[in-house]
Amino acid sequence: MNWEVVIGLEIHAQLSTKSKLFSGAATSFGAEPNTNTTLVDLGMPGALPVFNKEALRMAVMFGHAVNAEIGMKSVFARKNYFYPDLPKGYQTSQMDDPIVGKGYLDIPMEDGSVKRVGITRAHLEEDAGKSLHEDFHGMTGIDLNRSSTPLLEIVSEPDIRSAKEAVAYVKMIHSIVTYLGICDGNMAEGSMRCDVNLSLRPKGQQEFGTRTEIKNVNSFRFIEKAILCEIERQADILEDGGKIVQETRLYDPDKDETRSMRTKEDANDYRYFPCPDLLPVVIDQEYVDAIKASLPELPSQKAARFQEAYQLSEYDAGVLSASRAMADYFETVAATCNNAKVSANWVMGELSKLLNQSNLDITDSPVSATALGELLVRIEDNTINGKTAKSVLQAMWDGEGSADEIISAKGLKQVTDTGAIETMIQGIIDANAAQVEQYRAADEDKRKKMIGFFMGQVMKASQGKANPGVVTPILTKLLNG
Amino acid sequence: MTTQSIAELSQQLANKEVSSVELTKDYLARIKQHDGALNSYITVTEEIALAQAEYADKLIQQGNTSPLTGIPVAHKDLFCTDGVLTTCASKMLHNFVPPYESTVTQRIKSAGAVMLGKTNMDEFAMGSSNENSHFGAVKNPWDLTKVPGGSSGGSAAAVAANLCVAATGTDTGGSIRQPASFCGITGLKPTYGRVSRFGMIAYASSLDQAGPMARSAQDCAYLLQAIAGFDHNDSTCSEVATEDYLAGLDQPLNGLRIGLPKEYFGEGLQEGVAVAIQNAVKEFEKLGATVVDISLPNLQLSIPSYYVIAPSEASSNLSRFDGVRYGYRCEDPKDLMDMYKRSRAEGFGKEVQKRIMVGTYALSEGYYDAYYLKAQRIRRLIKEDFVNALKQVDVIMGPVAPTTAFGLGAKTDDPVAMYLEDIYTLSVNLAGIPAMSIPVGFADNMPVGLQIMGNYFAEAKLLNVAHQYQLATDWHQQTPNLAEGA
Repeated sequence: MNWEVVIGLEIHAQLSTKSKLFSGAATSFGAEPNTNTTLVDLGMPGALPVFNKEALRMAVMFGHAVNAEIGMKSVFARKNYFYPDLPKGYQTSQMDDPIVGKGYLDIPMEDGSVKRVGITRAHLEEDAGKSLHEDFHGMTGIDLNRSSTPLLEIVSEPDIRSAKEAVAYVKMIHSIVTYLGICDGNMAEGSMRCDVNLSLRPKGQQEFGTRTEIKNVNSFRFIEKAILCEIERQADILEDGGKIVQETRLYDPDKDETRSMRTKEDANDYRYFPCPDLLPVVIDQEYVDAIKASLPELPSQKAARFQEAYQLSEYDAGVLSASRAMADYFETVAATCNNAKVSANWVMGELSKLLNQSNLDITDSPVSATALGELLVRIEDNTINGKTAKSVLQAMWDGEGSADEIISAKGLKQVTDTGAIETMIQGIIDANAAQVEQYRAADEDKRKKMIGFFMGQVMKASQGKANPGVVTPILTKLLNG
Repeated sequence: MTTQSIAELSQQLANKEVSSVELTKDYLARIKQHDGALNSYITVTEEIALAQAEYADKLIQQGNTSPLTGIPVAHKDLFCTDGVLTTCASKMLHNFVPPYESTVTQRIKSAGAVMLGKTNMDEFAMGSSNENSHFGAVKNPWDLTKVPGGSSGGSAAAVAANLCVAATGTDTGGSIRQPASFCGITGLKPTYGRVSRFGMIAYASSLDQAGPMARSAQDCAYLLQAIAGFDHNDSTCSEVATEDYLAGLDQPLNGLRIGLPKEYFGEGLQEGVAVAIQNAVKEFEKLGATVVDISLPNLQLSIPSYYVIAPSEASSNLSRFDGVRYGYRCEDPKDLMDMYKRSRAEGFGKEVQKRIMVGTYALSEGYYDAYYLKAQRIRRLIKEDFVNALKQVDVIMGPVAPTTAFGLGAKTDDPVAMYLEDIYTLSVNLAGIPAMSIPVGFADNMPVGLQIMGNYFAEAKLLNVAHQYQLATDWHQQTPNLAEGA
């Protein structure tokens, strides 16, 4: 059977507010257990939540970035369930009236097509604490530092049809929230977590199959792998005439498999109702418009500008605008060397290669954007050629100094003195009389091929420092006699 | 010791006729003498009281005072008090010592008042008789075989018996007004949002409101002045400016329009109560008021609406009492589920468990629309009734409760009869308007309370109306005869 996969994603992005969603406690990561807490986060009797307006601003920013309707009146609701790290016995979230309503994202795919994914909604909610099961001798430790940390839950429509599209969508969301500066995007620390809703249906069928939900997948790579193995698992069951059980599953990256966490029968009735401790959040058009006006350039806008202003291909523009850090780096290089195409090639080529080898992010690059730009200037002004530049970059990477320092210390400056080059070429012509004879006897086409031999000799004699732009006309002139 | 008003005591303290320490010692002695029989206090904070009284005397020496400086008061045991046991009259919180102070108690403390202790109540403020307390029922000082009303029964009994000058209470469906009525004192439930709920252990968040309980309207005004006003710790606390609640007390009542809703004088109203209310209304007419017959047609719906909304919110509010971080935890739990189940089954009393179950059911999938949403729609109708009525009249009057205080145990087996006790008070909470109870006479030797309801944030008007009545009458100065040792 030919199956079509149907995927919807729920992404929890932790908002980078300084304090929590409903208390003044800090949101910083890695503090001593239960130190980033107030009465509110501890669920003390009598403690009341106070809404952090900064989270509202960030949510509205996101809404604009995904072309969404903004909820002019949003309502916090309580999601009731018992868990030891949920101190109030309910999570304050949004249900019927979220801050961000329907929107969409257009995602450029590798093959040049554009995939549109609908955004169902995005709502604000508080995170729970953490239960720590190790180191407590059969007991459980509770750390409430994360309790009431602000999350934006971004729910997509079931519009995604492959693991590739899913990853492209998550990357796009990641890129948007980091561009907006509303989430640090650190998936390893859990700042962005993803739940995958997935079902299969025979190709051509309209109605959806039974879905499963894979909880808390926390890297791009795991999202892809989790989806691939869940597709396989569901296909196997369906091919054998079985039925998919609606359930929540966990992805185990070590075993590369998903396994059941709880079925629908064990599911909680969360008894949502509007939180009586918080007033509805009412905003006006002026507020919404002011946020829209203050939005930074978004990835798609940046990519379009790169194509337009720098004459880059759609693909190059997309790669360079994927992260704000990458885009900023590229633009600094281009501004320094004044050649966008060369800058793009070097950032995406040699620099990315070095970064990948060392598993470094561009923000941690030992070669600054200005330093790389200065190196490229030396190609532009013919001080060195491209090949030499690669070895200079490696030396810069290794901390040997600036491009100019390395070029000078290693004597890598190209020879452009026509007199010296002419003398050198004359010497080579004299030493290779037979080849010169052959060349002179050959027709135009053959000559073009043969000139490579002489060029090689020149480079060998000059230790690669002869400027090919200077060599070529002299060589041609002397060979033609 | 005769009962005295805050104004009189404040004057005596200022004149150094008495010190706050002497006054406080007198009250502590009275508590020792009488509270064994009344059970109005859960905790008496003798050491704190004496230390605060000493400090108040120092302030008085320096002339740095407010009207409450040095005045001994008591707090309902659901206001969190820093370092002082706060139980909500529940086994669940039998050992709970809050690490912080509620806004209400903090403001009273900052005004220089002396805290004598924490008063008894119905567990988690759920009840109309103060019989639902882990620490035993409170007795009515007018007749020890009768209930003081609830849920702020301890505060009402303590004020009536002069075991404190004034007290704080909270009112979710009548919990200030009904015990005030049963004990013959004056109580005010302010507009929802007038007083901060921060540090007040929640029963039903959209209905709960703290207010003063004292001998007179004037005393209530002093307390309200201290506690009212915006608090950034409570998002539902109003930013509407407070008024000078004392300045308006002396306004004459000429031209006051009083609405009498016919629904408040129907079946089930005890005859003696009706007579006392009618006499009080006549007194107001003598003071220059005119009476208008009005209707609040949805009154009957307030009971079902309240008994869906309040338990729904309570079921969620009380989820935090899970045995994990504070309060009661069962012995030797087998596992997490066992800990939850037994801690809550053993820690909560019957009425609390009943309301948690009702609320959980009302919010359940498939029932939410039929119960919770419908109750909210009724709530809007009730609110509109009041808004419309208050376009025609300045205040609305009627009984606080259909009867005077009933016997201990008389209604414990009949929950519906118990819930009907609140028929005249619940709608006020559903609408969010302010209302008072003032003593206006006796029926069968037990006090009768008149309810005065007003428009949103019209506390000054209510206090003015009540004060003018109290200038003309002396019902609020009647005190029960407490036997020695009782």
